[in-house]
Amino acid sequence: MVRYNRRQVLAAGAGVLAVAALGVAPARAANDSAEMIAKFTGGKAPVEGKVKLDLPEIAENGNTVPMTVSVESPMTEQSYVSEVLVIGDGNPRAGMATFHFSPLSGVAEANTRVRLAATQNITAIAKMNDGSFYTVSKQVKVTIGGCGG
Amino acid sequence: MATAVKPRIKLDKKEAKAGEIVEVKALVSHIMETGQRKDAQGQTIPRKILNKFTCTVAGKQVFAAEFEPAVSANPYIQFKFKATESGPVVLTWHDDDGSTIVGEDSIKVT
Repeated sequence: MVRYNRRQVLAAGAGVLAVAALGVAPARAANDSAEMIAKFTGGKAPVEGKVKLDLPEIAENGNTVPMTVSVESPMTEQSYVSEVLVIGDGNPRAGMATFHFSPLSGVAEANTRVRLAATQNITAIAKMNDGSFYTVSKQVKVTIGGCGG
Repeated sequence: MATAVKPRIKLDKKEAKAGEIVEVKALVSHIMETGQRKDAQGQTIPRKILNKFTCTVAGKQVFAAEFEPAVSANPYIQFKFKATESGPVVLTWHDDDGSTIVGEDSIKVT
């Protein structure tokens, strides 16, 4: 008959607890999303609103996902959008595109196609000429990842 | 510097009244190599993308963009500008290697 002494049982228990603690950690490894946002806004917190992200709920092909970003703004010399940063929290690197606007743009709107490695949140942050920041986020479910890796 | 690659550019109008919004769509052929892929030998294929795009109308910048490897191959861009003066509409893409791809159209403002 094998008898485990108290010490062995406790050691095994501690091992199980340590593994369980690791398992509780977030499934998705963070990329440089937070740093990119902080760098763009200079640490300022963006306000939710004014920005709109048009993206499919489900992207059939992660290699080419159409994305339109638009920002409500009169686009006059007094009030206009100067830059919009678009990032994704599930790609190897968060940066996707930065759009530069001016009153000559007429409308703060741009469309392109992006690669998404996996289901993730896309975030757009708009910088206004008065130094304020606005933001919106949208989740895109990706069935076939598009980083070719 | 002209290259063999010719971008496809489409303006939604060739003539506009001052203040009207003109929409531009452009497509250029480019692999947009991300730097994430590995070749058959397991070596990482180096990044090579178009990292910057600008559009000027009559010499003034109306829109610009910076692209990261997350932008798809054969990058497509759609944007708008306000018609103010007649002139050439010049679209320029900058490659990581320093070369540029240039395409041109024109707008007449009445």
